[in-house]
Amino acid sequence: MTNSDAHPLVARLDALVSQAASAVAAAVDLDSLHAVEIELTGKRSVLVEAKKQLGGFDPDERREVGQRVNVVRSAVAELVESRRAELAAMERRRQLDADRLDLTEREPVRAGHLHLVTQARDHLEDVFVGMGFTVAEGPEVETDFYNFEALNLPASHPARGMWDTFYVELGEPGTVLLRTHTSPVQIRVMEATEPPIYSIMPGRVYRRDTADATHTPVFHQIEGLVIDKGISFADLAGTLDAFTRAYFGRQVQSRLRPSYFPFTEPSAEYDISCVFCGGAGCRSCGGTGWLELGGCGMVHPNVFAAVGYDPEVWTGFAFGFGIDRMTAQRSGVDDLRDLFTNDVRFLEQF
Amino acid sequence: MKVLLSWLREFAPVEGDPAFIGDQMSDLGMAVESMQVLGEGIGDIVVVRVADLRRHPDADRIQIVDVDAGDGELRQICCGAFNMSVGDLVPLAPVGATLPDGMEISRRKMRGEWSEGMLCAADELGLDDGSDGIMILDPTTAAPGQPLSQVLGLDGDVLYDLEINPNRPDAMSIAGVARDLAARLGVPFALPEPDVTPGGDAADGRISVEIVDPDLCGRFSAVVLDGVTIGPSPAWMTQRLSAVGMRPVNNIVDISNYVMWELGAPNHAYDLARVAGPTLRARWARPGETIETLDGVERTLSAGDGVIADGNDLPIGIAGVMGGASTEIGPSTTTVVVEFAWWDPMTIARSSRALSLRSEASSRFERGCDPDTATLAARRFAELAASMGATMAPGVVHADGTLPVTPVVQVRTARVNALLGTDLDADAIIAAIAPIGFDCAAHADGDDVVHVTVPTWRPDTVTETDVIEEIARHIGYSTIVGRRPARATTGGLDARQQLRRRVRSVMVGLGASEAMPTPLLSADDLRLSGLAPDAVVITNPLAAEESLLRPSLRPGLLRAVAHNAAHRNPTVRLFEVGRVFVPPGDPTSLPSEPEMCAVILSGEPAPAAVRMLDVLADALAVDIELLASEPVGMHPTRSAVVRCADTVVGVVGEVDPAVVDHMGLEGPVAWMEVDLDALAAVGSSSRNYRPVSRFPSADVDLAFELSEQVPAADLRRAIVRSAGDLLVDLQLFDVYRGSGVADGTRSLAHRLRLQAPDRTLTDVEVGTVRQAVVDHVTTELSATLRWFA
Repeated sequence: MTNSDAHPLVARLDALVSQAASAVAAAVDLDSLHAVEIELTGKRSVLVEAKKQLGGFDPDERREVGQRVNVVRSAVAELVESRRAELAAMERRRQLDADRLDLTEREPVRAGHLHLVTQARDHLEDVFVGMGFTVAEGPEVETDFYNFEALNLPASHPARGMWDTFYVELGEPGTVLLRTHTSPVQIRVMEATEPPIYSIMPGRVYRRDTADATHTPVFHQIEGLVIDKGISFADLAGTLDAFTRAYFGRQVQSRLRPSYFPFTEPSAEYDISCVFCGGAGCRSCGGTGWLELGGCGMVHPNVFAAVGYDPEVWTGFAFGFGIDRMTAQRSGVDDLRDLFTNDVRFLEQF
Repeated sequence: MKVLLSWLREFAPVEGDPAFIGDQMSDLGMAVESMQVLGEGIGDIVVVRVADLRRHPDADRIQIVDVDAGDGELRQICCGAFNMSVGDLVPLAPVGATLPDGMEISRRKMRGEWSEGMLCAADELGLDDGSDGIMILDPTTAAPGQPLSQVLGLDGDVLYDLEINPNRPDAMSIAGVARDLAARLGVPFALPEPDVTPGGDAADGRISVEIVDPDLCGRFSAVVLDGVTIGPSPAWMTQRLSAVGMRPVNNIVDISNYVMWELGAPNHAYDLARVAGPTLRARWARPGETIETLDGVERTLSAGDGVIADGNDLPIGIAGVMGGASTEIGPSTTTVVVEFAWWDPMTIARSSRALSLRSEASSRFERGCDPDTATLAARRFAELAASMGATMAPGVVHADGTLPVTPVVQVRTARVNALLGTDLDADAIIAAIAPIGFDCAAHADGDDVVHVTVPTWRPDTVTETDVIEEIARHIGYSTIVGRRPARATTGGLDARQQLRRRVRSVMVGLGASEAMPTPLLSADDLRLSGLAPDAVVITNPLAAEESLLRPSLRPGLLRAVAHNAAHRNPTVRLFEVGRVFVPPGDPTSLPSEPEMCAVILSGEPAPAAVRMLDVLADALAVDIELLASEPVGMHPTRSAVVRCADTVVGVVGEVDPAVVDHMGLEGPVAWMEVDLDALAAVGSSSRNYRPVSRFPSADVDLAFELSEQVPAADLRRAIVRSAGDLLVDLQLFDVYRGSGVADGTRSLAHRLRLQAPDRTLTDVEVGTVRQAVVDHVTTELSATLRWFA
């Protein structure tokens, strides 16, 4: 049997495929697609009718038309399903578009900012903690004994003039003061514990200096104290060098120069190579290639005597420097008073 | 301490690049604060003669000066100074010259008159001589047309400004600096013997000296100079003195200063004719004794001051601080007696501080001068005076009091190496300090101990450690190789320090920025903040605004908020973690310094602060409760105290609207403060683990009508107490006031989530809990159940 002999129903079925294609394509939403689907495959559709008629055909016809019904049915089903997926995607897209949010339409919410000095202090603490130091703290209102006398600064010591001191109206006049450095914490730590001691002492200190771009009467310091058997000036130099590289960067160097402090001997100034010019000399370092950071030295025997340590058994070193000026300089803040004005336009930059 | 390289070279052949020499001084602990090559930058400056002075037709503050640079041609200069006269020789920066500060001189019109250059003051040439106005040059050394640098003899000389530490009295002199530097550079150092030929009547008998109080005055020497003619010093001397910052006065005063600067020997010249006796007597001042000092001020002395008294026992000088006016060198002085004394350093320090009178002399005496330098200094004085026509009378009149004993220090090589981390032997130690005059005796005890006799110019050095510092200084700190301590230690933050960091990070996460106001306040700050004026008082504040130590963080943060409001940021969130100072009950003890965390939220109502408190408490794992209260300075009906484990640890709410008003702020201002020390003491920072149940939970919703007088917290507490162990979560999800709810009450709806760890709850169990809660709440709080679900 050839095509030309084909049953007339076959021609109708073949035509149905192209009719279905255009009808399905014309469906603009899932509902109309559903209607088209019923028309094409529902009870009154050509396909169902054709199937009903199959029983009246002879076997050859029945097979030929039957096969053709199946082919057309699955072709139509495929058309409908593909259109349904397409329309479902369009429908979902329409809903999504209706739910669209402009994520840039906002007033940004901001996190708060830690104070510049706190950030520096935390970082300093972290570096020293990593080097095996604990953190010690003490009172800001101190006695003359802890702030001066125990630090080898007896009442008549001319070097007391190095610290302009605020006194408070407690105790005998001139005996209770606002600590001028964090060094009294060293004495308190030594009184409270036995060596070995590996501690740093960060905190707020007070000096009776009129505020200007490079001074504030209230500022922050960090000190370190190491006391153990066999501690030498070489350990001091090596510790500060390790700290310098860990905090300021591997390329930054440290150096020690002879100096004088009543509570250390030998005493030294602690400089670092200029972090701005790398040591070539610039405005920040006054052309010297070095920045003065703080003071240090071997703990003076008289300080050991004040806390009852035997200087023949224990030796140690101490160092200290100001946090505010160092961190202000690194951050490009050229007036220290800005640190404490608490203007959000300043605070939120760090 | 300023030193000139040419001056140093009179004591030691210090050669090399000036920058290198400067580095060596810095490395020895005499830090070079500035280095200046003199004459540098003044190469263009020439000497001119003032030919005429005229008024500027259109300006009062400028005059017109015609000057002659030696070529006979007059140049017109406009000048703002008026201190010169016709005939004076002055420095001119001609057109095209560049000044040391980089300023270029051009031909310009000033108020319509041409100026062909600029006449210079000393400071404009980097040559501060302490004088004002145009520099007037000495006609005996300068001539019109000469380069100024040649006239001043400055070519190539280098001026160093050194920072000298208090333990280096020796370095307060040219000779002392030269000694240290020579040792470092390995060149010889020598103090030249002055060339003096005494003549005339011997000093002894013409002047007598007496030390009445040997504890005040360790040594007193005097020399007499005859044939003195008071006049200006030679240019070389005034130039040197000017360069190091001493103002030239007259020849005798200049020599006095010169000798002090050169040898570190402060001295004082009296007009012999005006000294009664003539006797110089060193004694303690009598309380109330008065003297007019050289600066023309009448001063009242106290028992702690020393004086030099004359034959009538009247004070004619304050020991070591300043001479008296009555015996001052004047134009008519012909015979001079010069005092070289050694005063007790502590006395001079105290005296100059008490009198608020600091001089170059006192700053040297208080550090400790070399008592053995008197004779050399006296002869040096005489030598310099002789060059100006004076003659030294034979002999030095002399008396001794009590001098410090020059110690012999036992220095153990083992101790040196233990302290420095070095490996020096006795020879190396001696090599380090012998060149600076530390006499090291042959080490009798073998190689272990070096006996060091400290020189008289190093009174600061008395202990073994003092000597070790000198050894370190001279071997060079930079030669000591750094190492790390051998002990392996464990560092870390303690729990309290970690708590502080957690608090800060919570605050930052809640959008608050950290403020750091000054802890120094005024009484007004406390009053404006509505706080009691109960604070630790500063005895010597810089200003009344900073005369109290804060008892609260509130004034500082209120001020910070006001600052931001004044700069158009009216809504800010700030926090601070810092100490406050609580005055002690017993005035002999120290204040307590609790560390507080406070938050201020301008433009936000109380609940904003409560929310932050809740987050903080949750982050710190502490259970807090709020108790409506009227804390001082806070909104009386919108504040509560914060309790933790029955201890009050803080305050939350709004700042008193009256305070907000006083500060000129727009309200409301929410506030929260917590005492971190108190919290750390009572709060638990660890929670017991409760396994998460695998069984389903059941929710019960209960809405109660509760009197407005009863805090919601009470209802919550009542629910928790009555619901029992099955309650795993409790949320207040609705608050309703209005129709259907009685006046004076509100409806509070809670959702209770019930769950058992080991079973599915039955309806009966859930109903039992619900009934228990309803019964308890309705009876305990007089609440009515409005609905349930």
